[in-house]
Amino acid sequence: MNILQAQDLTKNYGDFRAVDRITFSINQGEIFGLLGPNGAGKTTTINMLTGLAMITSGTATLGGFDCNRDLRKAQQLMGIVPDESNLYEEMDGFQNLCFCGALYGMPKAKREKRAAELLVEFGLADAGKKKFNAYSRGMKRRLTIAAGIIHEPSILFLDEPTTGIDVASARQIRRLIQDLNHKGTTIFLTTHYIEEAERLCHRIAFMVGGKIVRIGTLRELMMDAQKENIVQFRAVGSLEKIGEAISREFPSVRTEFYGRDLVRIHSQQPLNLAPLVRVFDQNNISVYEAKIIRPSLEEVFVKVTGIEIAKMKQEKEKVKK
Amino acid sequence: MKAWIAFWNILKKDMHNYYLKPPNISWGMIFPVAWTLMVFLKSGRALDVLGLLPGVMCLSVLFGTTSMLAVTITFERRSRSFERLLIAPIDLNLLMLAKTTGAIVFGIFNGFVPVGFALFMTHLGGINWLLVLATIFLIAVTSTFLGLFIAVSVHEVFEAQTFSNFFRFPMIFLCGLFVPVQALPIFLRPISYAIPLTYGADILKSLINGNGHIALVTSFLVLIGFGIALFTVSTHNVKRKWIY
Ligand SMILES: Nc1ncnc2c1ncn2[C@@H]1O[C@H](COP(=O)(O)OP(=O)(O)OP(=O)(O)O)[C@@H](O)[C@H]1O
Ligand SMILES: [Mg+2]
Repeated sequence: MNILQAQDLTKNYGDFRAVDRITFSINQGEIFGLLGPNGAGKTTTINMLTGLAMITSGTATLGGFDCNRDLRKAQQLMGIVPDESNLYEEMDGFQNLCFCGALYGMPKAKREKRAAELLVEFGLADAGKKKFNAYSRGMKRRLTIAAGIIHEPSILFLDEPTTGIDVASARQIRRLIQDLNHKGTTIFLTTHYIEEAERLCHRIAFMVGGKIVRIGTLRELMMDAQKENIVQFRAVGSLEKIGEAISREFPSVRTEFYGRDLVRIHSQQPLNLAPLVRVFDQNNISVYEAKIIRPSLEEVFVKVTGIEIAKMKQEKEKVKK
Repeated sequence: MKAWIAFWNILKKDMHNYYLKPPNISWGMIFPVAWTLMVFLKSGRALDVLGLLPGVMCLSVLFGTTSMLAVTITFERRSRSFERLLIAPIDLNLLMLAKTTGAIVFGIFNGFVPVGFALFMTHLGGINWLLVLATIFLIAVTSTFLGLFIAVSVHEVFEAQTFSNFFRFPMIFLCGLFVPVQALPIFLRPISYAIPLTYGADILKSLINGNGHIALVTSFLVLIGFGIALFTVSTHNVKRKWIY
């Protein structure tokens, strides 16, 4: 079931088109990722959906409510974590969470109970009485996420949740996001880290220059880029005979050898490992590794968008500094 | 119900974070005292407390309100915490009321500090305090909304403060408190009548020392009109400039 549906969503800033007729939907319960370089229009997309930017044209509905006409009702269902941690510096962690709960109309007893629970869940129990401006970057980000879910939204928007924080904190945050998703929260996240999208997201949209250029599940995206199926074996024994043996049993495949112990089998059809391993066995060659080779999401992304990943990261870092 | 929980908590947070901070409270006290003392030293004669009271009350309200929004709005806008309020499911008008009510309450409180001082110096019988309260309320509302208008028009906190002075000082001299409007050069008089404070000051003069010259009803209506206009324009600007 769709929780969010965007149709031809467009945003112009004067003459400049930041988001160009994007259409996508998000299924209830999934983690959806918007992956793209600097200035792709990721934040603008979130802003249009959440009420921070006017929609120039197109429509979006969230939980059945129009994000323009019924914005307040749609907003009640959203949790939003912006790309910068923007809680109140002079208030402590607990106060910040309670205040955010109050903005969504939570009664006092309920928001205080939930704030205390969230502090524990997010590993901030000891920092509840500390002022926000005394928090580390990673702690700030975690509290900002907690503030985004205090009212138990059906969908959580996360704008680059792990950009600009250290590796350990980033890992912790990814785990928190997965836990939240397991408990039923739909997640919409933007990122420019391919690995992050690959590790977290069920479905991914590539966004470049205001357009969504490709969208699909990880598997669908990979399949798109993969013309051949490849299986790789590492084995001990005289590998020369195996090429012939395999060609005899599977006439349509092509075999390639790399070094003393590596064989790759290419085929247009999907390949199963078991029958191939049996051929190795019959020839007294013992296989110690067998795997299906898939292209990485990175390869797919480069192929579809023509953007070099290394360049994308560099740009990002420049901006953050 | 939900909306009022939000309203009340925004107001409470602003009160707690900004208005009830010691510097703000002492400012509310120091200003009327200093002003009274200054006028007293200048005239050198026995103090005409009733003659002075409307002016001091007006200024206390004005200074207690206009620059407040520079902090509660411009500053929060800079730090982006204001976005939290914009993405919360609260009607924009209610949100702006929540952000301004703190300044209005603070302004009313400031407006009555001089009355507290005056109690020790003169007899304050025979004044319609209910109408005085209503007037102080309306002065607080219009000057807060003027502050809102300024806060929404600028980017930086210092700009908001500079701009409020840019409006405040001419207002003080043109509103008829110190120089009666009739005594101003004729080309300045239209400006006087375009300033909300002129009407507030006039009502206070009528109520406290009988020196007002505009009909009370007219003044009240004009003040209400200014309040509505400034608020409407400001919320419209928020929509236009901040939800881009
Ligand atoms: N308020 C604005 N006025 C004019 N142009 C804007 C505004 N906000 C964003 N843009 C432009 O719109 C484009 C998309 O910006 P956006 O912030 O959505 O990109 P992004 O994908 O979130 O990038 P990043 O990875 O840097 O966060 C950019 O070219 C940006 O310069
Ligand atoms: Mg962004």
